[in-house]
Amino acid sequence: MLVDRADLSRRRFLEIGVVTGGLMLSLKLPLARASAAIDPESLAPNAFIRIQHDGQIVLTMPYVEMGQGTYTSIPMLIAEELEVDLKQVRLEHAPPNAKLYGNPIFGGIQCTGGSTSIRAAWLPLREAGAVARTMLISAAAQRWHVDPATCRAQSGEVFHEASGSKIKYGEIAAAAAGLPVPKNVPLKSPADFKLIGTPAKRLDTPAKVNGTAVFGIDVRLPGMKIATLAQSPVFGGRVTSVDDTVARSVKGVRQIIRLDDAVAVVADHFFAAKKGLAALAVEWDDGPHANLTTKEVVRELEQATLQPGAVAQNIGNVTEAMMSAAKKVEATYQVPFLAHATMEPMNCTVHVHKDSCEVWVGNQAIARAQEAAATVTGLPPDKVVVHNHLIGGGFGRRLEIDGVTRAVQIGRHVEGPVKVVWTREEDIRHDMYRPLFFDRISAALDRKGMPLAWNHRFAGSSVLARWFPPAFDKGLDSDTTDGAINLAYALPNVHVEYVHVEPPGIPTAFWRSVGPSHNVFVVESFIDELAAAAGQDPVAYRSSLLDKSPRAKAVLALAAEKAGWGRPMANRTGRGVSVQSAFGGYMAQVAEVEVSENGAVRVRRVVCAVDCGVVVNPDTVRAQIEGAIIFGITAALYGEITLKSGRVEQGNFDTYRMLRMDEAPTIEVHIVRSSEEPGGMGEPGTSAIMPAVANGIYAATGKRLRKLPIDPSQLKST
Amino acid sequence: MMFQIAVNGVDHAVDVDDDTPLLWVLRDVLGMTGTKFGCGEALCGACTVHLDGNPMRSCVTPVGSIGGAKITTIEAAATSAVGARIQKAWLDREVVQCGYCQSGQIMSAWALLARNPHPTDSDIENAMSGNICRCGTYGRIREAIKRAARSHGGEG
Repeated sequence: MLVDRADLSRRRFLEIGVVTGGLMLSLKLPLARASAAIDPESLAPNAFIRIQHDGQIVLTMPYVEMGQGTYTSIPMLIAEELEVDLKQVRLEHAPPNAKLYGNPIFGGIQCTGGSTSIRAAWLPLREAGAVARTMLISAAAQRWHVDPATCRAQSGEVFHEASGSKIKYGEIAAAAAGLPVPKNVPLKSPADFKLIGTPAKRLDTPAKVNGTAVFGIDVRLPGMKIATLAQSPVFGGRVTSVDDTVARSVKGVRQIIRLDDAVAVVADHFFAAKKGLAALAVEWDDGPHANLTTKEVVRELEQATLQPGAVAQNIGNVTEAMMSAAKKVEATYQVPFLAHATMEPMNCTVHVHKDSCEVWVGNQAIARAQEAAATVTGLPPDKVVVHNHLIGGGFGRRLEIDGVTRAVQIGRHVEGPVKVVWTREEDIRHDMYRPLFFDRISAALDRKGMPLAWNHRFAGSSVLARWFPPAFDKGLDSDTTDGAINLAYALPNVHVEYVHVEPPGIPTAFWRSVGPSHNVFVVESFIDELAAAAGQDPVAYRSSLLDKSPRAKAVLALAAEKAGWGRPMANRTGRGVSVQSAFGGYMAQVAEVEVSENGAVRVRRVVCAVDCGVVVNPDTVRAQIEGAIIFGITAALYGEITLKSGRVEQGNFDTYRMLRMDEAPTIEVHIVRSSEEPGGMGEPGTSAIMPAVANGIYAATGKRLRKLPIDPSQLKST
Repeated sequence: MMFQIAVNGVDHAVDVDDDTPLLWVLRDVLGMTGTKFGCGEALCGACTVHLDGNPMRSCVTPVGSIGGAKITTIEAAATSAVGARIQKAWLDREVVQCGYCQSGQIMSAWALLARNPHPTDSDIENAMSGNICRCGTYGRIREAIKRAARSHGGEG
């Protein structure tokens, strides 16, 4: 694997020096240029690429790898323009530095999420490669006293055909570093792409099949202790007393740490810590949310949808259009709180020194991780070194830094390094959840059954209002309404309102497919209801509304064709469809669903058609869609976090169930060839499958389920 | 208590309570972090190792119960013909996404093919449904197992 971990901590320090002290190129961000790099023999024309005199090409990687394939697809962008083979690129995690490595789609915050990596990197990383290539060609041409236009680059060398000269990049890196950084370098034409669009082998996977990949939880340091923790079972509660008499006698237990709202046991190994924790007698003051139940949250949101909210979109006049309706359709929908349940439980390793702090973690937002540790310790951020690691599942959970904060709170009391590992139960019960939403939606149809008016109001938490407050303005943010507004369908009168209600004491966060995870379920279920009310075929009905969105119409037609839409199916089986415009791309799915006599739902086959613009690594696109569909089926059939007495009722995979291999459908992915800008692929498969499953259940049983997860008791054959 | 255990053919003496699950002996005492913690309750399969060739969830296997059984972990997969074939099939089919569960998946698949070189779909499901993959790589795991079985040719 390309990531050289043995000397990562040393390298990180050096890396910061190289990057901030080397030759800089301003792409979108105003970067300082300084005179000397630490290695004067290397070419570092921008924050992303360093070409060493030994020929090694180093990509400082601004996006983290959590399974989505960025460690392969982003190097592909650089390698394509730099004219090197993919295997010549070595990759290092970027240090926390939002100025250099901020995500332009995320307001400059250094983070990986929202299916943005390829979209955010598409221009800057290719430009970075093209600039370096241009400088290397110029340096070679100067050496040979020839016109740069007569030289070309290939596989890490510059060639001059007429004289037969050639030179390796490493040999001219130092000379190239002395040249001015060119502006407005032309990018390769897509017709000349050699790598982009080809199925490149993943670079991060060999270490993941032999046990050598180092995830955050695998960090080992000399003298390191292991801790586990119990946080207040009710959000907002506090510790009132701790009796650690028995815990201290557990073999391997070293230290008991009491925080305001948590206790931790530090030990020689995890099991001793866990045993010690179980032996602690802790009393809690449950605080103001001691009696909270999910029912109460739902009731509050339901009430909130009876009041006006912020207008997210208005087209025409819905009120007037409703009055001329030949038919009205009304419904309420509901989606639950969801945990992330990453396979790698939450963990973070810290070593708090007197005047510095080191953090080892797999996190999607490492500049924030650095800030979090600085806040707890009172140290300036530049005294906090964050070592980022492979992530054993992100899905939005690791865009949060609550785990870093907690680990540093504990680590402050520990001599030497300590790895804090959450039990699965603690991970589930102290997650930050996909918000619960309640939706009220209605439509007016004309005499032919076509929609005249669409009126949608929903209530729930805004994740962005907390995560990035500037993005929440006048009661709205772009994520919470994503998928509810700017629909691909031609609807003459549209009114969409969002009522911002934060549930008491329950932290909410991004979850794979974010805003669309809720909105696409509601919109695509309700459009199915309209088709049914109009007595029309669900695919034909949608298609007739998609004339202004040819890409959406095309993926719908392709998915329907490949799925054999319209072919007869057996009793209690059915096909459900969804169409989605989200994350910069278009997707349609057809799910074949089977409902047993006792109401159990099985998704047998899913056909997905996607137009995500230019495809960088086609096999990764397929893999992401396959995985996202499994993730979405899991949520649709089983996913629900509930509260009783202020406590999360689920704790492990017995109560928070995951789809398993024997329940997994066959999945077919059909990719539309496109030269449009690339769209994000990590998430759309998840939001698109949930309504497809619900619509398939309707096709199989005639029962319209408007609440997730699916309740099998409503599907029993009578 | 001191326990003698044999991991991947190497003997180790470890001083832990007898109820300490093998998982934590491997990860925290011996520093063999290829075997993963996922649930602690034998619900997800991430911690799967072999005891005398049988797949076991090491998170619920007390070290005191192991006796002289031979422990095999993901770190030794490449030393076995079947294990190496599975690793290759995993890479050829591009199974892996985040990769966290894959040590356990490979250990379960290895145990399956070691005793059943040409499994049916239903054999594969029976052997693999105890292993959760949150990235949803099930379809590719199934295909990779078949690929590894095919590459075994007529030997089985």
